[in-house]
Amino acid sequence: MVAIAVIKQRNLFTIAMLTGIYSFLTAGLFMDLDAVDVAFTEAAVGAGVTTVLMLSALRLVGSQQRPTRHPAIALLVVGVTGAALIYGTLDAPNFGDPNAPAHTHVAPRYIEQGPVEVGMPNMVTAVLASYRGHDTLGETVVILTAGLAVLLLLGIQSGPEIQHNVSAMGRHMVLRVMVKLLLPFILLFGLYVQMHGDFGAGGGFQAGVIVATGFVLYDLVFGEGNLRKVLPTVWLTRIAAIGVLIYGGVGVFSLFAGHPFLDYSALADDPVHGQHLGVLLVEAGVGLTVFSTVLIIFYAFSGRRRQQ
Amino acid sequence: MSLMDNLPVLVVILPLLATPLVLLLGGFGRAWAIATVACWVTLAATAALLQRVSVEGPVSYRLGNWAPPWGIEYRIDLMGAYVLLIVVAIAALVLVFARQSVEKEITAERRVPFFAAYLLVVAGLAGITVTGDAFNLFVFLEISSLASYALISLGRDRRALTAAFQYLVMGTIGATFFIIGVGFLYMMTGTLNMMDLAERLPEVADTRMVRAAFAFIVVGLGLKLALFPLHMWMPDAYAYSPSVVSALLAATASKVAVYALLRFLFTIFGLEFALGDVPLDLLLMALGLIGILFASLVAVFQENVKRMLAYSSVAQIGYIVLGISLANTTGVTASILHLFNHALMKGALFLALGAVVYRIGSARIQDFHGLGYKMPWTMAGFVIGGLSLIGVPPTAGFISKWFLVTATLEQNLWPVAVVVLVGSILALIYVWRVVEAAYFIKPASQGIDQAGDVSEAPLSLVLPVWVLAAANIWFGIHTDLSLGIATRASAALLGGAP
Amino acid sequence: MIEIGHYNYWVAIFLMMAGFYVVIAQGNLVKKLVGLSLFQTSVFILYISMGKVADGAPPIQTPGVEIYSNPLPHVLILTAIVVGVATTAVGLALVVRIRESYGTVEEEEIHAMAQPADEKGEG
Repeated sequence: MVAIAVIKQRNLFTIAMLTGIYSFLTAGLFMDLDAVDVAFTEAAVGAGVTTVLMLSALRLVGSQQRPTRHPAIALLVVGVTGAALIYGTLDAPNFGDPNAPAHTHVAPRYIEQGPVEVGMPNMVTAVLASYRGHDTLGETVVILTAGLAVLLLLGIQSGPEIQHNVSAMGRHMVLRVMVKLLLPFILLFGLYVQMHGDFGAGGGFQAGVIVATGFVLYDLVFGEGNLRKVLPTVWLTRIAAIGVLIYGGVGVFSLFAGHPFLDYSALADDPVHGQHLGVLLVEAGVGLTVFSTVLIIFYAFSGRRRQQ
Repeated sequence: MSLMDNLPVLVVILPLLATPLVLLLGGFGRAWAIATVACWVTLAATAALLQRVSVEGPVSYRLGNWAPPWGIEYRIDLMGAYVLLIVVAIAALVLVFARQSVEKEITAERRVPFFAAYLLVVAGLAGITVTGDAFNLFVFLEISSLASYALISLGRDRRALTAAFQYLVMGTIGATFFIIGVGFLYMMTGTLNMMDLAERLPEVADTRMVRAAFAFIVVGLGLKLALFPLHMWMPDAYAYSPSVVSALLAATASKVAVYALLRFLFTIFGLEFALGDVPLDLLLMALGLIGILFASLVAVFQENVKRMLAYSSVAQIGYIVLGISLANTTGVTASILHLFNHALMKGALFLALGAVVYRIGSARIQDFHGLGYKMPWTMAGFVIGGLSLIGVPPTAGFISKWFLVTATLEQNLWPVAVVVLVGSILALIYVWRVVEAAYFIKPASQGIDQAGDVSEAPLSLVLPVWVLAAANIWFGIHTDLSLGIATRASAALLGGAP
Repeated sequence: MIEIGHYNYWVAIFLMMAGFYVVIAQGNLVKKLVGLSLFQTSVFILYISMGKVADGAPPIQTPGVEIYSNPLPHVLILTAIVVGVATTAVGLALVVRIRESYGTVEEEEIHAMAQPADEKGEG
């Protein structure tokens, strides 16, 4: 339903909000399908970051869309693609079927051995950070790439344009007090999520986003000058780079220890212990990179706004 | 484990981890130096790796020491190492060129991130060629794509922005199609590892789901490699990006996409399924032929030389796909060989063009008048690249065209051979237009700003052009290395032996 | 659990196609990006729904629970979500720049402007 509304709507602000709602609904659906980690991420990243980005971009490009043509050719392409997909799913395993090949070949090892070999109850974290740790390194690099790309496109704003204490929200006393009260909790929650990825849902990505959101909130209410003075973009870029270096460094360390790249067992005498340590370290790297990249992107968009 | 054992992972993490170093240490000169050193060391590692693979056969590397299919595996066979060599060698050469070209074309505050993004493109492309895991391939594909969107958008013309946006949309659709296909495969086999997939697929090959997966993967990769008619993003993207970026992407990015397609067609799905059960060979052949004719024709009418070369790239992809569709050893050999040779010729051409842009600030054909005498070395490099593009002996381009024609004749496909020749004639026409402008037309005297002061480009620009131009001739005469590996790689692909 | 066969996939496919349609048919660049992210999110639903095992629990080891849902698709989608957001961010940054240099984000208007006007300043 929401999806259809997105197509019909012409006002882009409404669309941005609807996409946010869509993401939230999706997150709920993921929850229902047992994917708690994914639901968490979708809620934080999909609903949170994307919506904020959309809104800040829309401030720059204007929100009304012109009426569009509805070319038949688009419908045709979509129709053919959809038909191909439906055709493909006709002999797919049934929903929830425990004997589907997807669940019987590779996955059982993660479920049965994951907690033992990697030493943490959350199998998603175990697979993410250890079994498929290289994917996650790649993913961290993707984030860095996005930060770089936005920097290259929107440029680095430097000092003189910063207006101190002029905030987007005006000077609302209540708002300021609320944010001051909330901020420590947001940061604490972020750190909790960071450290507890191995037990419950969470990890570096979610934590990085949460902490960055805390800063963005502060920024919106108290004006952009303050935060930028403490954390200028140059430093954020460095932090993001350090995050990737930590992740890669763990891998290089295991190389020097005579193990293959990213073999965390090399980090301690006891392999399981090493795994645990490795996962904590790489999650910390991920957290740093995500945190600083989200802020870089936010700065870039809001900096552009001031420039105009 | 010794250094040699770690070669497979080094070729990826060297450029990958050089990126944060570039960002941390900053400064234009240092950024360039780090990037260059990283690429040349990677090149050395790649050469050693190719040597090892060619002696010992495919090399497997377990990331995180988890056995495949549970962990991610790097698996490098001859074809992978060969494509990797193309990518890294071109990237290293282009970097030599980049120092002065970037200084001219990119604003100061963007130069450091520029080199970081450049390294990311290289790391992403290298990752695609070595990985043995379908999903890992997607991750590296996105690294290289995101970085290249940013690089393309840095062109001075504002159309660079729209070109980058269009590429972003098309590229993302392609990548999404690709993961839909991979997801379907996972549903049917429960694995993401390529070797494991190849082993388990025959059992379930006769299902609709696998057929749909196949279709989505082919279309997705087709978008990435700019297979006609999915090429629309490519001419703009190459035409408006900075010179360095055009040279890098034109010579490497589409090659890697072709590599991924070959990998899926032959290694994972297998020859029988890919070209036997599904009438894909006919479809690919038709698209390849139309691509050759259409894109070459369009190229003839371009006023901007960069755009002309971009259309010519679409046509060259047509040749490569045509070779694949023949599905015999000679055809696939021709394709793999053309991957290599096309990288050499397009690298030389785009770099020579970059040198011209460096001096006169334009890539329009009418601004080339008289350049043959003002920039003799650069234009001579361009001419050699052009000859290779047409397929004149003794250049490298001749060898791959020769093999392609032989392969079509093996199957008695006379009309197809004729189309290949027509394509070459069209190439002759568009290359001639540039040559004519550069050597045979006197520059118009009415005050175009480049009137008298155009001189030869600096050495660091001419040198890479000439290395590539010389390589075009060297590999046209000494075919052992390029042809030998291509033959063995295609035999391995078609034999089903990984 | 109620037997729902393949409907889960079909719902995801419908959503995917809705997004895909927006990407192709819409001329507004922002909306194209919205469509793109809709398309991707729906693919995520497809993956996650294939990971569900009937009566399974979330894949976090808990005493007394025997059946867990498949963690692998979750991991893949975590990666894919991040990639998706990264793409959206870069896309939006591009749109902002396009707006600055063309004054519009409608594809048709840009085309109309780009073709003749830029030929001179070509580099």
